[in-house]
Amino acid sequence: MSIELTHEPSVIEGRPALKTIDASIIKPMNNLPDKRFWAAMGLTLTMLGIGALALGMSFYRGLGLWGVNNPVGWGFAIINFVFWVGIGHAGTLISAILFLFRQKWRTGIARFAEGMTIFAVMTAGIFPLIHVGRPWLAGYLFPYPNQHSLWVNFTSPLLWDVFAVSTYFTVSFVFWYIGLIPDFATMRDRLANSTMVEKVKKTVYSVLSLGWRFSNRHWSHYEMMYLVLAGFATPLVLSVHTIVSFDFAVSIMPGWHTTIFPPYFVAGAVFSGFAMVQNALIIIRKVYDLEYIITLDTLEKMNKIIILTGLMVGYAYGMEFFIAWYSGHEVESFAFVNRAFGPYAWAYWIMVSCNVIAPQFFWIKKLRTNIPFMFIIAVLVNVGMWFERFVITVTSLSRDYLPSSWAYYVPTIYDIGILIGSFGWFFTLLLIFTRTMPVVSIAEVKAVVDGSQPTHHGLEHHSEEGH
Amino acid sequence: MENNKILHSMSAIFTSPDDIMKAAKEIVKAGYTKFDIHTPYPVHGMDGAMKLKRSPLGYFAFALGAVGAMLALLLMWSTMVESYPNNIGGKPLFPLPAFIPVTFEVTVLLASVATVVSMIVIFFRFPNNSHPLHDTPYMKKVSSDKYGAVIESDDPNFDFDNVKEFFTGLGAETVEPIYFDNDELNVKHNIFEPKFITGLTIIAITVSALTYFTLNKLIFMEPFNWMMTQQKLSAQSPSNFFKDGFSMREPVSGTVAKNNMPYLYSDSVDLAEQVMVNPLDVDDKNLNVGKVKYNTYCSPCHDYNGNGQARLNGQFPNPPSLHTDKVRNWKDGRIFHIITVGQNTMPAYAQQLSDEERWQIITYIRALQRAMNATEEDMK
Repeated sequence: MSIELTHEPSVIEGRPALKTIDASIIKPMNNLPDKRFWAAMGLTLTMLGIGALALGMSFYRGLGLWGVNNPVGWGFAIINFVFWVGIGHAGTLISAILFLFRQKWRTGIARFAEGMTIFAVMTAGIFPLIHVGRPWLAGYLFPYPNQHSLWVNFTSPLLWDVFAVSTYFTVSFVFWYIGLIPDFATMRDRLANSTMVEKVKKTVYSVLSLGWRFSNRHWSHYEMMYLVLAGFATPLVLSVHTIVSFDFAVSIMPGWHTTIFPPYFVAGAVFSGFAMVQNALIIIRKVYDLEYIITLDTLEKMNKIIILTGLMVGYAYGMEFFIAWYSGHEVESFAFVNRAFGPYAWAYWIMVSCNVIAPQFFWIKKLRTNIPFMFIIAVLVNVGMWFERFVITVTSLSRDYLPSSWAYYVPTIYDIGILIGSFGWFFTLLLIFTRTMPVVSIAEVKAVVDGSQPTHHGLEHHSEEGH
Repeated sequence: MENNKILHSMSAIFTSPDDIMKAAKEIVKAGYTKFDIHTPYPVHGMDGAMKLKRSPLGYFAFALGAVGAMLALLLMWSTMVESYPNNIGGKPLFPLPAFIPVTFEVTVLLASVATVVSMIVIFFRFPNNSHPLHDTPYMKKVSSDKYGAVIESDDPNFDFDNVKEFFTGLGAETVEPIYFDNDELNVKHNIFEPKFITGLTIIAITVSALTYFTLNKLIFMEPFNWMMTQQKLSAQSPSNFFKDGFSMREPVSGTVAKNNMPYLYSDSVDLAEQVMVNPLDVDDKNLNVGKVKYNTYCSPCHDYNGNGQARLNGQFPNPPSLHTDKVRNWKDGRIFHIITVGQNTMPAYAQQLSDEERWQIITYIRALQRAMNATEEDMK
């Protein structure tokens, strides 16, 4: 009886048969997409086209088309870069950190969030490449032996970024792929070998599954590997946005040169990432009938993390002002008064209301579990987090030390086009992902369904101990 | 028909996680060693039931991570200290704190990627899509919702009927033998197979062509060459714009180079002697510079002390001594003129020596002359 009392309710609703799980997760890959999918794809491809046009013009005519100039030399490119890298952080937090904390509710959403991490980092990676104006010369970012004996500067935060983002992408990709191997094997074994399409599909899945056999001799190494990867990915994800924040914090710009930046950036990244994952999942679970796997309870838990990280971000906003006053540094104090009441006050107050005030509604359980409401709040959080990066980058630069060179930064239509294009690129990749790979980890979900684990295991332990 | 097939193993399908746990324990208890359990997801406690050792991948990761850290530090040391030391803001050449981010990232990268690759290649011996278990009804069940156990035929205790009975006794849903696929067994992979060679050739040609195109053609096309082509003429290139066909222009007549006054007396030694006076003080600095310049430019012919018996003696006519009364009585302006425009075999030194340096040499020659012709008075 005591066993019943300590029994944890399953994170998967009902008690679906294992075959049902296979079928419902694999369904989108076996059917041709419907009209809704093509409508969504049309929208994202249009956005991508707008971005490609703006970008093509930027390369052809030169980066003078963008709004950046003296003194605001960092504009939309870095804002978008920081925003998209931040979106990626939720995926790693869900797949690695929550795994280490044994949070079973992560099971249903981990795969999808990891996929979003990869696509978000792919989107973010575009911006450092394009902002140099000659992206085909990007090879110089890496330390490779060349005839000039010319090396990169390893003491520069911008170079740390190259290493951090490329490592983050690679490790996230490996983590994601390791999780996909058993699922590819399941998909391989569900296919008959009768039609041409099936043969092609089967070959693809066989290659991707590497010949996985579900052997427990393999599962044993596999689980250890998963633990090791989670252990590496956890400090890695913290390091990535820390290093991104160093781009700002290591410089001597008032408003940037603060030690609070690394934790502040990481919290903000998780905050916006969770909002984005939640937005996408709300649609996915509805469209693909996965409501019993991605449960309302899971969404509520994500909302709780949104409140937590939102409070951390709010604390950082407050602490910046406190330090500006407490330091007694004139230029520093001015930078912050200027943020809140200067020419960019509108952006600052959009940021505060979206990031600090909006998530407070989640304290009320009724609102926290209301799906349309949480969707709106999550959209607002993303808007707010984009504006946070805008405020940090632009306000400090537009009014730096020398008043005679102050200027007001206005993005051009090309900047906005590229921003729209980045959303198009991200969501296009995401849509393709939902149709080609299992958006929920089949093996992991099976392992947490009620009745999937041996029951007499605990009892046997008692008997071995001499009961 | 099945007699000519080679037996791989005997398989059994179980329907619940409890059954498979029990089966695993019984298989171990019965003394089988070459067996395996297949489940669609990791079943808790199976490692213990199968008496598997703890996976050593953690140690792999640690070792590979240490290698990564050392490689990163070595790379940064070799580039920033050894290959191309650069002073960056007065910081040390090997600033360890600034190297930590890159060291950390490379450690994580190498540790995770290399551990995954070693797991797949060394531990799993993947990719392997030709294992006899593939494409069997058994595999299709364990990859979905059933739990399976196999005992391989090369287990020392294996006996076809005994194992079949053993599995049935454990409550297996189905018990089936698994055979090697004869077609797959008889396939011999030959690297000289025409198919393979053709494939390899096509890949080689494609890669070479793409590389050639990228490195030799693409980067010289617009807009990729925009960093190289600029709207300006370079000094040595021809020009259709100017009449003389050169890009390089001559300076406007009367242009004077910086710090260089034109020499006005090149036609007249006497005028030079009358008009020009040594503007320099006789001091340490002027004498020293004069000595250095004299030793460099004058001493090959005139010798270090000015007597004309120098190391080029014989290759050129000996210059007259600088210690004759004639030379000692010349005014400084005359010597300046001779250095500037040359005399007899001696060429002009206006290109090599600035005005000031010429006067410094003259100051030094005067000192030499006095030293070589010292009077009693000088000794005091």
